[in-house]
Amino acid sequence: MTYAQAIRDGLSVALAQDPSVLVYGLGVPDPKGVFGTTLDLHKDHGPSRVFDMPTSENAMTGIAIGAALGGLRPVLTHQRLDFALLSLDQIINNAAKWRFMFGGKRSVPITIRMILGRGWGQGPTHSQNLQALFAQIPGLCVVSPTTPADAKGLLLSSIFGEDPVIFLEHRWLHNVKGEVPEGDYRVPIGKASLMRSGTEVTVVAMSLMSLEAVHAVDHLAKQGVSCDLIDLRSLRPIDWQMIEASVRRTGRLLVLDGGHETGGIAGEIIAHIVTRCWPDLRVAPMRLAMPDVPEATSPALTKGYHVRAEHVAAAITQLVGRNLETASLAAARQYPHDVPGDWFQGPF
Amino acid sequence: MRIRAVEETIAERYSEQKMRCPTHLSIGQEAPAAAAGAVLMATDMAVSGHRAHAHYLAKGGNLAAMIAEIYGKVTGCSRGKGGSMHLVDEAVGFMGSTAIVGGTVPVGVGLALSRAIAARGEIVCVFMGDAVMETGVFYESANFAAVHRLPVLFVCENNLYSVYSPLEVRQPSGRSLANTADALGLTSVSGDGNDVLASYDLIKAAADRARDGQGPQFIELATYRWREHCGPMYDNNIGYRSEAEFEAWKAKDPIPRLTLALQRDGTIDPAWIDAVTQEICAEVEEAFVFAEKSPFPPPSDAFTDLYSKEVVSYHR
Ligand SMILES: Cc1ncc(C[n+]2csc(CCOP(=O)(O)OP(=O)(O)O)c2C)c(N)n1
Ligand SMILES: [Mg+2]
Repeated sequence: MTYAQAIRDGLSVALAQDPSVLVYGLGVPDPKGVFGTTLDLHKDHGPSRVFDMPTSENAMTGIAIGAALGGLRPVLTHQRLDFALLSLDQIINNAAKWRFMFGGKRSVPITIRMILGRGWGQGPTHSQNLQALFAQIPGLCVVSPTTPADAKGLLLSSIFGEDPVIFLEHRWLHNVKGEVPEGDYRVPIGKASLMRSGTEVTVVAMSLMSLEAVHAVDHLAKQGVSCDLIDLRSLRPIDWQMIEASVRRTGRLLVLDGGHETGGIAGEIIAHIVTRCWPDLRVAPMRLAMPDVPEATSPALTKGYHVRAEHVAAAITQLVGRNLETASLAAARQYPHDVPGDWFQGPF
Repeated sequence: MRIRAVEETIAERYSEQKMRCPTHLSIGQEAPAAAAGAVLMATDMAVSGHRAHAHYLAKGGNLAAMIAEIYGKVTGCSRGKGGSMHLVDEAVGFMGSTAIVGGTVPVGVGLALSRAIAARGEIVCVFMGDAVMETGVFYESANFAAVHRLPVLFVCENNLYSVYSPLEVRQPSGRSLANTADALGLTSVSGDGNDVLASYDLIKAAADRARDGQGPQFIELATYRWREHCGPMYDNNIGYRSEAEFEAWKAKDPIPRLTLALQRDGTIDPAWIDAVTQEICAEVEEAFVFAEKSPFPPPSDAFTDLYSKEVVSYHR
C-alpha cells in the first residue's frame, strides 16, 4: 500500500480501537480527504469523531490540548506545515509545557500531522520544512517517517503515546509503496532504523532525504563502497545510540537534512558526534541541507536547490577519498526536477 | 470582461504544464474586484490572499508581469520568486497578496495606519475570502482598526466555500459574516456580489465614509467560484456541491448582467462590446507571448533578495 494509504490505515485502526480518538483538520472529510489520508473516515467512524474545522489553526490546536486534558486523543491534520505555523503559540506555550509546568500532573496526548510541500511552484509559503524548529522544543516529540510501514507504526505510537507529537509527512512520499503490517502495528518513537548496513561511512537521513540516500548508497555499493544508512524516523528524541555505534565503526559521518542548514538537525547531530566520538572520527563529518534561503516558486529557481542522490553520492565519495562515478544518478532520473514522479502534475 | 478573459486563457493553457504553481481562479466571482477597482483611486492601496489575480488586475496591476510571474519568469512581478499566490505591483498600490489565509489582513490594517498618519485621504482595501472570518488575526486586526478608526475597507467575497468545505461547517447557522463584523465595530453592509453596479454602490459609499474619517468598513458580497478551488478544471463532480447550485449561480453570471444593464440604459452598445472584446483579446495574447518569450531567472537568483544587503553569500 502507499504511504498515504498507510496513514489512513493507521487512523482507521486507531479510531476503531479507541473511542477517545478524534481526527480533525481542514478538509479531513472532504472528497479529496487530505490527499487520501483521511478519505471517508467520517463515513466509517461518524462525523462527531472525524470532522472539518474552521481556518482557525491556533484555536483548534488549543482545543485539541483541552480535549486531550479531558481524556480524548485528538489527531489534528494540516495540509501544509506552513499553515500550522499559526498555532506555534498553543504548541509551544501550552502543549509542550503543560505536563512540566504543572509538576507532571497530566500529559497532553495529541498528534499534529503536518505535510511538507515541495516543488511544482509550492513556493515560499507552501514548502517549508521547519523540522528543527519543532525539534528544538523540549516537551515535543517530532517524528518524520520515510516508509509506509513506519508511517503507520509511528502514527499509532503517536496517537496512543502520552506526549504531544509533531508528525511530519512529506508530500512526495505519499505515493511511495511498501509492505505495511495489518492491525495495531507500532514503531517506537525515538528508535532509528538501519536501512542499509556497511562499514566505511555512516549516512544519517530522514524522510525524503532517506530515499535520496538509498539511491546514492546502492549506487556506490556497486562500486565497492559500504555504508550504514540510518533513517532517523524520530527527530526528537534522536536515537543517539545507533548513530554513535555506527560512527565508532565507520569513522566517517554524512548527515542529510531536509530543513535549512543553519540551526538544523544535521548540525545538531554533527555537534553531538564530534563531542562524543572525536577519537573515532577519521575525517571531518559532512552535512547536506537545504540552503539558507526560502524555496522560490519558479521551476528555474528550484533546480539546484534541493539535495538529490547525486549530491549525496558525491559527498560520500569525498569522505572515502576515492574516485567514483556519481553523474549517472542524475542522468537516470526520468521526471522534471520539481515533481516526484508522473503521479504528481500539480497543483497541490 | 478583462479579468474573465485573462483567467479563461490561464485555464485553457494550464494543462501545458508551463505554469507550474498553484493557481486559484476567480472566474464567476469577478464582480467585487471589478467594482472595488473602479472605486479605489490609484493612490489607494490594496492587499489580497491566495485568489488574487482579479484584485491585482482591478487595482491596475500590470497584466504581462502577472502572467510572466505565473510562468516563473524573471520578468514576473515578483521576479519568479512568488508565483500566482504572491503578486505585487507597488506602482499602482497593489502592495502584495500572500498564500496564508488571513495573512495580509493585519498588513492591510498597518498600511491603513500609515495612510492615516500621512493624512492625505488615502484608504486601503483588504480583499478577503469568507474563510478569513475564521482566523483569529482578522478579529485582532479589525479590533485595532476600529479602536483607531483607520481608513480600511474589508471587501469580503463570500463564495460559500473554503476549498471543499461549505460555510455550514465553519460558521454557526443564523449569523451572517456582516453581523459579526458589525459587532466588532466595523460599519458593515452586505449585497449581491454578482451585480457589479450594486457592488460598486456599496463599496463607493463605504470608501467615502472611510475617507471621511468614519473608520473601518466591511462589505460582504455574495458570489460563487465556478472552477475548482485550485486549478483550471470544474470539480462539481467530486461531490462537495451540487450541479444545480452551480447552474443557479452560473445563471447569475455578473458579466452579461452588467453589459445588459448598460445597454439598456444606453451607456454602451453591441459595437462597443465587440471592440472592447477584441482589444482585450489582443492584450491577453500579447501578455502570454511576453511571458512565454521572457527568460527564466538565472539559477543564482535563488539566493538573492533575502536581505536588503547581501550579508552572506549563499552557496552550497
Ligand atoms: C492558515 C491557512 N490555513 C489553510 C490554508 C489552506 N487554504 C488555502 S485557500 C483556503 C480557502 C480559503 O477560503 P476563502 O477565504 O473562503 O477563499 P476562497 O478560496 O473561497 O476564495 C484554505 C483553507 C491556508 N492557505 N492558510
Ligand atoms: Mg470562500
